[in-house]
Amino acid sequence: MELSHEKMITMYRQMLRIRYFEDRVSKLFAEGVLPGFVHLYLGEEAVAVGVCSALNDDDYITSTHRGHGHIIAKGGKLDRAMAELYGKKTGYNKGKGGSMHMAHTELGILGANGIVGGGIPIATGAGLSAKMRGTKQVAVAFFGDGGSNQGTFHESINLASAFDLPVIYVCENNLYGVGTRQSKVRKVEHIADRAVGYAIPGVIVDGNDVLAVYRAANEAVERARRGEGPTLIECKTYRWHTHFEGEPDTYRTKEEVAEWKAKEPIGRFEVYLTTEKIATAQELESIRREVMDELEAAVKFAETSPEPELHEALEDVYA
Amino acid sequence: MMRELTYTQALGEALAEEMRRDERVFVMGLDVGPYGGAFGVTQGLYDMFPGRVLDMPISEAGYVGAAVGAALTGCRPVVELQYSDWITIASDQLVNQAANMRYMFGGTCSVPMVLRAPVGGYLSAAAQHSHMFESWFGFVPGLKVVLPATPYDAKGLLKAAIRDDNPVIFFEHKQLYKVKGPVPEEDYIVPLGKADIKRAGKDVTIVTYSYMVDFSLRAAEQLAIDGIDVEVVDLRTISPLDEETILESVRKTNRLVAVQETWRPFGVVAEVSAIVAEKAVDYLDAPIKRVASKFAPVPFSPNLERYVLPSVDDIVAAVKETVGS
Ligand SMILES: Cc1ncc(C[n+]2csc(CCOP(=O)(O)OP(=O)(O)O)c2C)c(N)n1
Repeated sequence: MELSHEKMITMYRQMLRIRYFEDRVSKLFAEGVLPGFVHLYLGEEAVAVGVCSALNDDDYITSTHRGHGHIIAKGGKLDRAMAELYGKKTGYNKGKGGSMHMAHTELGILGANGIVGGGIPIATGAGLSAKMRGTKQVAVAFFGDGGSNQGTFHESINLASAFDLPVIYVCENNLYGVGTRQSKVRKVEHIADRAVGYAIPGVIVDGNDVLAVYRAANEAVERARRGEGPTLIECKTYRWHTHFEGEPDTYRTKEEVAEWKAKEPIGRFEVYLTTEKIATAQELESIRREVMDELEAAVKFAETSPEPELHEALEDVYA
Repeated sequence: MMRELTYTQALGEALAEEMRRDERVFVMGLDVGPYGGAFGVTQGLYDMFPGRVLDMPISEAGYVGAAVGAALTGCRPVVELQYSDWITIASDQLVNQAANMRYMFGGTCSVPMVLRAPVGGYLSAAAQHSHMFESWFGFVPGLKVVLPATPYDAKGLLKAAIRDDNPVIFFEHKQLYKVKGPVPEEDYIVPLGKADIKRAGKDVTIVTYSYMVDFSLRAAEQLAIDGIDVEVVDLRTISPLDEETILESVRKTNRLVAVQETWRPFGVVAEVSAIVAEKAVDYLDAPIKRVASKFAPVPFSPNLERYVLPSVDDIVAAVKETVGS
């Protein structure tokens, strides 16, 4: 599986789209423009993009409270995502879901989730459905290291393993669940090791290396499509910001944050792309400009979109 | 002058005092340790009580169940859920296990635990961080369900809950954490199962609890301008429910408006209305009114959220209807 240059450029662009989007969301939130609360994905871009680059449009994902990156990587549009964060009618969920519940079933996005661990069985069910319907679709469950302590993780993987379901469990291990360091509440060092208990492959990858993530995901996807069952992939990564925007950073050292920022996934990929002569610095610069333009248009779209009308609050409760 | 504390501080003090008083009491939950809890209630406890403030893995069924087991075997755990919505994950342990144990085991054991859980909306947090499920639990024999509305009650009720030998679900409203109010220095408890008259009046009774006490008091002030004298009964505990105070008030004012934040069907307002209809219907001068959330999950967009959840104006309007003005 050698990646085409074009595919790698697309991966670069996708990571940038997440990065710029999240940077702007951080600013907008600080300005008090966005209601509710937001959890940002900055620093973890390589995971969503590496995994989603191995998927087809009709494959499924379930996401987490930190879901903007997954949604963008799976093909989500910045404007509609931004409009949802503004609570506007044009948002992916008509302003009813907001940051934590963004979904777009046409893109196979079965929802971000406000419930830690809530999406894991849902992806498992999507995998079951693909198998029942006899398609070659796969489903990916994204979740955090914290989420891997939920019963849903263990129960889902057991089920998927027993039934050889086409599901990929992607753990984004960023070391913390809110302010609790994961090593305080979990003895096993690598979450991937938990795969042993369910007789499925458990793979550890550098979650800041988009190509490494892609390779691991691709292998798991192929395995799933061949009917050989699920894989657990643990991506070692780090979130740059605090758990949610506006929360004081009291539980991590500055050194630790700096150390991880030095392992920055996008800059690292840029170096690879230019040294391998896949793209020139100018080409990358023009992609950056294009993405920035896309983002500006998205913010404008969100700002100028209409509010939902009040009667809409009572619609969509039942089919 | 009595000192003023926030609801958060009052709760934290209750925990500290009870932990000092009884070494069987301990605290467990997500980020309750050095982080101090999602809303700051356990701030400082980690250093004050080494080994008795336990950070949990994110596994609500597991740690709430563990509290049930600890309570059954000689401890008095106080568990914090970061948001009450996730009580759904822990419900089996509460409903099928904790609530039934004493009864199923022929009264040979008790489960003295408290589950603290922040409830309520008005924060644009959408449908997985805004809902209130108190009526589910009020429905279950064996559980007690408490929803304090003031710092004074928060402290006194939490202390009572910790000393109670039953599983108690203690719902704290997120909009109240920063609210300040008088809290005595000396040890006191507020008994479970006793409602409180938060405002005496003669024309209409509002029966309510939690954050809606605030709304109802504000509505009462507005109504006073129009010459309508409202009595506000704060249930404080919905199970056991203080029927006597409700009935007494309605027999005095002859009108009832029952107010709750969450959905109307099958809710506390339904129960309160039914009790009054059964036992005091002859005293009523007007049909009972209920104020509650519209029947939809809480939406994210702030305008929609305001529309779905009850407002002070809704309460004012309901009261005016019952007095026919
Ligand atoms: C069932 C449930 N429990 C607790 C929470 C509160 N909460 C939201 S995110 C989070 C931490 C999640 O950590 P992790 O799964 O590692 O993901 P990360 O935030 O690190 O991406 C917690 C405890 C929740 N939303 N749902």
